[in-house]
Amino acid sequence: MKPGLTAAEAGLISCEACGLLVRPAHADEPGYCPRCDAELEFRRHNSVQRTWALIIAAAVCYLPANILPIMISNQLGRVEEDTIISGVILLYNTGSAVLAGIVLIASVVIPLAKLIALSYLLITVQRGSVRKNRDRAKLYRLVEIVGRWSMLDVFVATFIVALIQLQPLMAIMPGMGVMFFGAVVVLTMLAAESFDPRLIWDSSKGRWDDDE
Amino acid sequence: MNLIACPHCDLLQVIPALPPRGKARCPRCGKVVAVSKPDSLNRTLALTVAAGIAYIVANIWPLMGLSAAGRTSTTTIIGGAHMMWAQGEKITALLVGFCVVLAPAVQIGFMLALLLATRRSPAPSWAGELLRWFKFHQPWAMVEVMMLGVLVSLVKIADLATVIPGVGMFSLGALIFLFAAITAAFDPEKVWERVGWANGEEPREAGG
Repeated sequence: MKPGLTAAEAGLISCEACGLLVRPAHADEPGYCPRCDAELEFRRHNSVQRTWALIIAAAVCYLPANILPIMISNQLGRVEEDTIISGVILLYNTGSAVLAGIVLIASVVIPLAKLIALSYLLITVQRGSVRKNRDRAKLYRLVEIVGRWSMLDVFVATFIVALIQLQPLMAIMPGMGVMFFGAVVVLTMLAAESFDPRLIWDSSKGRWDDDE
Repeated sequence: MNLIACPHCDLLQVIPALPPRGKARCPRCGKVVAVSKPDSLNRTLALTVAAGIAYIVANIWPLMGLSAAGRTSTTTIIGGAHMMWAQGEKITALLVGFCVVLAPAVQIGFMLALLLATRRSPAPSWAGELLRWFKFHQPWAMVEVMMLGVLVSLVKIADLATVIPGVGMFSLGALIFLFAAITAAFDPEKVWERVGWANGEEPREAGG
């Protein structure tokens, strides 16, 4: 067990906006950062509740995002509906296994993995876990970085719809699934932003990782 | 002595003097807490001006076009969002417009204003205000994600029609490179060192 002291234990706050270490005059009402005027908080306000709310909202949208069509194509009167999964299968069958893999990871695996990872982080934080802190911190950084790549399918749908407007030969319209899918991505990104990673370490006080 | 608390685990630590391009990680959670970036503000300014030009070109010229059965159609970046709106998916249209048109523009505009303001010493305190917004804004500018989306849609369309990449596509490629270079070159710490404090105090003297 190595010694260490967190800012909160020392009565200090690290400003979330500019990183300045501040000693607030009153612990109950820390006020504002003297350098950048951002509101000072020991931990993000209601971080756990907010993150849960956003995760649940995202999970609710996840189902229609995968069931409803994201594109509806009309080829000389023949109407076809494409969901995210059927789009991936189509891409695979037309010979782009690599791109199919990328889309599958970005649109199906990452959103689901983000929901699971954030739930896991929240549950361990709420149970006051002190185990695998370093791994959990790494997991959070990963969630933060990869989240935006899920927007991929929204852009794919956008540019296909924008280009394939060759009425009356062929036209592609967006389906309701796009909106729900976009909502999943935005909500999980907001959830990752509202989670305060310092909570992972708070139960360990100033101690380090896995000190059994 | 440069005492900070790790933004991800709150551990108090002293940032040692770093060699050029050196990195410091939090010993407890592994988060990168400091990176030494030589000549940060000048380089970032040059890259931002270039990014501004690439952005304008990428948004004015067509991104790509296609021809099928003797008919052609082209689209620009904003044209994609516009078509979504016209087809009734208004929320998605706003989201796309925000992530690929507005957010990158705001990003470049903020950065230019910020860097020009910090050439004065002490920099005005609104520069700090801008930097604060910039940080929360950053993940929402999705130029590189859009580029991948454009490539995937090209492959999907290639079955149906002949696709012609436009000038916009190449400047979009340049823009992605420039955004990555800006992120690599920009050191917000250098700005905070120069910004006048919100409470009216002079900035602390800082070396380098």
